[in-house]
Amino acid sequence: MTASLSPLAPSTERSTPPQPTDQQPGARRRAPSHSGFSAGWSRTVIVGLVTALLMIPFMWMISIAFKGPTETYSYPPKLIPESPTWENFVQVWTVSNLSVGMVNSLIVAVLAVAGNCIGAVAAGYAFAKIDFRGSKLLFLLVLATAMVPAVVQLIPLFLLVQDVPLVGGNDVIGQGGTGLLNTHLGLALPLLIQPLNIYLARQYFLDMPDEIADAGRIDGASEFRIFWNLYLPLAKPIVATIAILSFTGAWEDFLWPLVSTSSSSMQTLPLVLSSFTSSGAVQYGPMMASAIVASLPVVVLFLLTQRHFVNGLSAGGVKG
Amino acid sequence: MTVTAEDRMTTMIDARKGGRLTPGRKSGSARTKARAAGILLAPALIVLFAVTVVPIFYGFYLSLTDYNPVERAAPTFHGLDGYIRVLGMPAFWSSIGITLTYALGTLAIAVPGSLALAMLVNGTFRGVKLFRTLLYLPRVVSLVAVSTIWLWIYSRDGLLNYVLDVIGLAPISFLTDENTALVSLIVMRAWKALGGSMIIFLAGLQAMPRDLYEAASIDGCGRWASFRHITLPLLVPITTYVVTVDLIYLAQSFSEIYVLTSGGPLGSTTVVNMLIYKEAFEYFRLGEASSMAFILFALIFALSLFSTRVLSRRGVHA
Repeated sequence: MTASLSPLAPSTERSTPPQPTDQQPGARRRAPSHSGFSAGWSRTVIVGLVTALLMIPFMWMISIAFKGPTETYSYPPKLIPESPTWENFVQVWTVSNLSVGMVNSLIVAVLAVAGNCIGAVAAGYAFAKIDFRGSKLLFLLVLATAMVPAVVQLIPLFLLVQDVPLVGGNDVIGQGGTGLLNTHLGLALPLLIQPLNIYLARQYFLDMPDEIADAGRIDGASEFRIFWNLYLPLAKPIVATIAILSFTGAWEDFLWPLVSTSSSSMQTLPLVLSSFTSSGAVQYGPMMASAIVASLPVVVLFLLTQRHFVNGLSAGGVKG
Repeated sequence: MTVTAEDRMTTMIDARKGGRLTPGRKSGSARTKARAAGILLAPALIVLFAVTVVPIFYGFYLSLTDYNPVERAAPTFHGLDGYIRVLGMPAFWSSIGITLTYALGTLAIAVPGSLALAMLVNGTFRGVKLFRTLLYLPRVVSLVAVSTIWLWIYSRDGLLNYVLDVIGLAPISFLTDENTALVSLIVMRAWKALGGSMIIFLAGLQAMPRDLYEAASIDGCGRWASFRHITLPLLVPITTYVVTVDLIYLAQSFSEIYVLTSGGPLGSTTVVNMLIYKEAFEYFRLGEASSMAFILFALIFALSLFSTRVLSRRGVHA
């Protein structure tokens, strides 16, 4: 029991390592069903109804996005639009800041994915497979940083990023300008290395046999080659997991972009979405269309990789 | 807190693999290894140092000052004055209460709800994979995107008031009435949390040892009895995990509240993070805001200690 629970080690924000569990393949299929329904249509109907009930918000989201301006405010609201239209989508993509937000969010997400897939994976490998003095202590320190709530870093990070020398109009001692505020790098900075990803990579490499490294060393390979040519190709699943976690994490980051950007040309998607609500009368049609467009990349990513997350084998979940 | 739990788990994993605690890494000199480790660790450690470690210490220094960039050029040290002032602020204590209500209220719906969902989709029947995927979707869509649809659902002419209208009840200003705003946020947040926790509970259910249930049914245990005496006790570690992680996460809620109520009406949804944000970036009281951040840190630390201790003490002997 405990062994198969080990992937559920604590973490502050999102997921659990997709470690191989002790389960045999197919064990899931034979697992007893503890509920009262026979495997058949009756259960499908009941679970289907529950699912439909919980999907109501999404149904209305789609419905309103496809309604014209007059139909949006007609009462009583109708789930199926009488004359569905792409109007809202065209409007938000061309008039509002949505396309700018999409580009900014993609850039920040790519930076976060690159940072974690390179830096966190390499660090996780070093902690798992290379003996050096202080390894354990250093790893604990890395984990400890994951425990500090983001808001503790928020204000000092803002001041520090503002004072980075020689960028954003700053002089040598970092005064006079805005530093890395309002830049993509500034937006991505707190996302570049997530301690949790170092933890995930370390756990994954720990489960891989040391004999690979021993064989490599006997053949005279350098430590770096052993990592790059022998272990990394076998670690694709964990690199993919870390990429997905970093992407979705960057995609929904809100507080830091809110604080660290002031120009609308640097807004990321969550900021573009939230700006719909700050104007006096909320325009539900365009807002829903924007929310759908903004969610599409992560939803598609999720649908492509959902085997990984939803089938229970990985014992993991992405928190949102 | 969680560090030790994590460490314990790692140790367990090591032990599980037949005491491979000192693995056979005899060849390769210690120096080349140390250098390789240094190169591989450098990018991550440099970034973490600059982006996390330095800000934490700088933030702690700020929390001991009265730094207000609008009023003066440099922070002046004034020791614990900021903490004392913050602890004497009714608005701060009310934000702590709101944060706790929000986090615990959300968990009170989401934990039993997601366990029920996990039991519903644990099994093989037509469409089960589709249902799991759909139920997980709210986790994937960002909080801000999810909040926008709930903004409509809760609005004057939105879905919920339409339902109230149909059954003949007076409309409710869900998000603009101080009596209903926090509850409305909790319902939305619990809905968002269901799918993710469901998957974690599902993994736990699928790892249940089958023979225990067989033995129980041979002994004449009913379905309820085996749920009560086998499933629930075995789920304690997973529940502890879900509650702890979600508590840490929910205690830092911000974006959905920013979008739906901005902390209003009359401050009734001003959680600590919202208060810190306003103190720092609307009133520029960076010193006090930093003190609040460190008190929140302590609160979250205490909460996670509490939940791991209390929950794991119950039903350990599964």
